Amino acid sequence: MDIYVSAAHEGWALLVSGTLDIWTIVATSLRVSGLAAAISLIIGLPLGLLVGLRHFVGRRIVLIIFNSGLGLPPVFVGLLVAMTLSRRGPLGEMGLLYSQTAMIISQLIIATPIVTAIAAGAVSAVPKQLRQQARSLGAQSWRVALLTIKEARMGLIAAVAGGFGQIISEIGASQMVGGNLAGDTRVMTTAIAEFTRKGQYGSGLALALILISLVVFVNVVLTTMQTSADRWERQ
Amino acid sequence: MHVSEGIGSKVAGSKRALSWHRFSLVTLALILALTIVGCNKVEPADDGGDKPVPVEVTEVILASTTSTQDSGLFDELIPAFEKAHPEYAVKVIAVGTGEALKLGETKDADVLLVHAKAREEAFIENGFGIERRDVMYNDFVIVGPKEDVAGVKAAADFAAAMKAIEKAGASGKTSFVSRGDDSGTHTKELSLWKAAEIATPTPEANKWYESTGQGMGETLKITSEKNVYTMTDRATYLSMKEALDIEILREGDKSLLNQYGVIVVAQADNQQGAQAFFDWVLSPEAQKLIGEFGVEKYGEPLFTPNAS
Repeated sequence: MDIYVSAAHEGWALLVSGTLDIWTIVATSLRVSGLAAAISLIIGLPLGLLVGLRHFVGRRIVLIIFNSGLGLPPVFVGLLVAMTLSRRGPLGEMGLLYSQTAMIISQLIIATPIVTAIAAGAVSAVPKQLRQQARSLGAQSWRVALLTIKEARMGLIAAVAGGFGQIISEIGASQMVGGNLAGDTRVMTTAIAEFTRKGQYGSGLALALILISLVVFVNVVLTTMQTSADRWERQ
Repeated sequence: MHVSEGIGSKVAGSKRALSWHRFSLVTLALILALTIVGCNKVEPADDGGDKPVPVEVTEVILASTTSTQDSGLFDELIPAFEKAHPEYAVKVIAVGTGEALKLGETKDADVLLVHAKAREEAFIENGFGIERRDVMYNDFVIVGPKEDVAGVKAAADFAAAMKAIEKAGASGKTSFVSRGDDSGTHTKELSLWKAAEIATPTPEANKWYESTGQGMGETLKITSEKNVYTMTDRATYLSMKEALDIEILREGDKSLLNQYGVIVVAQADNQQGAQAFFDWVLSPEAQKLIGEFGVEKYGEPLFTPNAS
């Protein structure tokens, strides 16, 4: 038990004193995963709307692909991106491997199926009658889509939060294509792994606490918005 | 009639039950007897010698460094040791020297094979280890881009080579990738800057100085992708050569030698196993294996045995 107590003690002391230079790492994590989540929303939302609302040939197959994408192993994504961006790979000339851009690309690939699948689920849960009514009142199709998005907003926020939570705590791909370079591509997960390798459990725990707090914070905001929206709807 | 018949059958029934009861008792006694005989058969073997013959294979935890692991040396050494000592199974934990020593302090490892002599000696002095002995050495090399933009090859001496990297880095022409993981290799690299009278570079203060916080293999891969400089042990470089686009630019300088030591952890969980590995790795048999390792594949040995 001693090991936990002393590590927690050390970690807390480091956090409070501010001597541990972890804020750069936290900022990098937020920037990389935030950007990846934002882009995945831009791609995943229209895709989710399409798959969730339209009925077209092969829709089931598309749905299966995205739902399977939920379980896409990040380490596989890391491998593919590393091969592609490697100097010996097809996009090697860009010299992107071991950069934040490479990390954003791999996190984007991990997050997009998640965002798409959750968004598709959210919009297809919006009552059909609502859309039909809007259309019968003469609304153009983009207005109907907007209305659906508005109705499904909680589910869509859940989609972004789900994707963000997944990629900010992901390590496999981040390590493989980022390289854990100090002050550059070092993010919370890769730094925690490094602290553990060095036996600096206190520092690792301090960083892990921040990571957990972030994930919990995202979920608290989400739940609060959801319950307040429910209350608003009931009134 | 009916009643007596009923009674009769009941008696017969209870008789049958009794005989069944007796039968099962006999069976039970037989099983018991056989078990005891069986036990007796085993016991003499246990009591046979002064030392109990170990029936089970015990695990010896060897903490070593990622660079040693990456070189492939353990794939040769461990099976040979386990063949010589079938009572032990070695589990290798490959980490940085700092973490390996820490694993020794916490007794999570039984025996260490690391390469940071000063720190190893301090480890013994602090009572964490029983004994330290030299096992072998290899050497470090400076690797970098074929074009050698910093001019490391042409530098008059080793200190000048390090200064050339710093100068080219500071002017934005290239960079140097450090392990930055508190490992023996990292410790060695830091000592090279110091020996060249260059203020210890840090990723925060020096843009040209990158720190991976990872093993040698990963660091070499990153260096190659960025087409810049790093310092590596020859073994890891040679074992990964095919996957890299950088080459050896500086070698053979005296300050690049790298001594490995073996340490038995004090009060280790598997003290006997640790001692057995310690003795074996210093034996002529193991030393010969070490000296031959890599010759077939790379045309030159990766390590020079020097246990005396």
